[in-house]
Amino acid sequence: MSDLLLSSWPWYVAGPLIGLFVPLLLVLTGKAFGVSSSLKHTCAATVPGTADYFDYDWKADGLWNLIFVVGLLLGGVLAVQFLGGGGPTGMSAATKADLQALGLTDFSGLVPPELFRWSSLATVPGFVAIVIGGFLVGFGARYAGGCTSGHAITGLATFQWPSLIAVIGFFIGGLVATYVGLPLLL
Amino acid sequence: MLYSVDQFPTVMASTKPSRTSTARSAEARPALRLADALIYLGMGILFGIILVKSEVVSWFRIQEMFRFQAIHMYGIIGSAVVVAGASVALLRRMGATTIRGEPISISDKPFDRGLNQLAGGTVFGLGWGLLGACPGPIYALVGAGITPVAVALLSAMAGAWAYGHLKPYLPH
Repeated sequence: MSDLLLSSWPWYVAGPLIGLFVPLLLVLTGKAFGVSSSLKHTCAATVPGTADYFDYDWKADGLWNLIFVVGLLLGGVLAVQFLGGGGPTGMSAATKADLQALGLTDFSGLVPPELFRWSSLATVPGFVAIVIGGFLVGFGARYAGGCTSGHAITGLATFQWPSLIAVIGFFIGGLVATYVGLPLLL
Repeated sequence: MLYSVDQFPTVMASTKPSRTSTARSAEARPALRLADALIYLGMGILFGIILVKSEVVSWFRIQEMFRFQAIHMYGIIGSAVVVAGASVALLRRMGATTIRGEPISISDKPFDRGLNQLAGGTVFGLGWGLLGACPGPIYALVGAGITPVAVALLSAMAGAWAYGHLKPYLPH
């Protein structure tokens, strides 16, 4: 049992567990599952500026989501400290070969250290992946009205057309980043 | 207001006080109950553990997904959608309420021309492909000790801030 817990979890365990967050949150609290609105609430709570977009009662609408993401961060700590999380991953040999062809060499962790060291921030690939990539994730998620959790999971599960369009957009962007962006960058 | 609060399905639990408890509810309705805060925190912790243990937080797994080289990420998102969809359908059929007896209702999201979903989704996807993490994994990765991702979190907040200020000038 503890071996099962400590090894990496297969998709057919993780996926249904994640799916259960939607009804659990609804029944326990009446909230819709989603993560990216936390970015908006943080702005509204700290530096709203003059935008109407941030002019609302963030405590009433968003405090729950901010607590949820603090938990998310703590969960990351626990997974690595006590549950054997942290890699190497079970990614496919084909992916590894593709990434090696792009020049990556270290596959021992969850992320490539070539991009995710502090010193990498001063390099073009590291800066683009982390700073520009992060900015696009935040901007795009709010522009689209949700991210993977809000659109791809909650939205698709409730047959929301806007969410299907957003997910198509996720893949257009992701494929461009993968097949055009990364070869230029790495 | 519905539109400005968020764009994914807005779930509204009635906040009307019940007939018998008007006096009590005036003071017993703080911004946040402790029990609720613990539920949010606990569910966040569980979600973070699942994201790390299933390697959803891995840049490598996201590359594997965008290269269509394994079922892993599609299986996770797909089975999550199926379980979430079936559960919500069941809750609706049962006419379920929250544990406090408030009605559960999921309103459809506002839908104009879909331009913001398509354009915003594409921008998001570009970032997802480069950073290899969407918002949930960003938080979990920081906790998992990949500390430079904290910079990505600040960048993502800056992105949300920029969107908030540019919104009136963007097509929706």
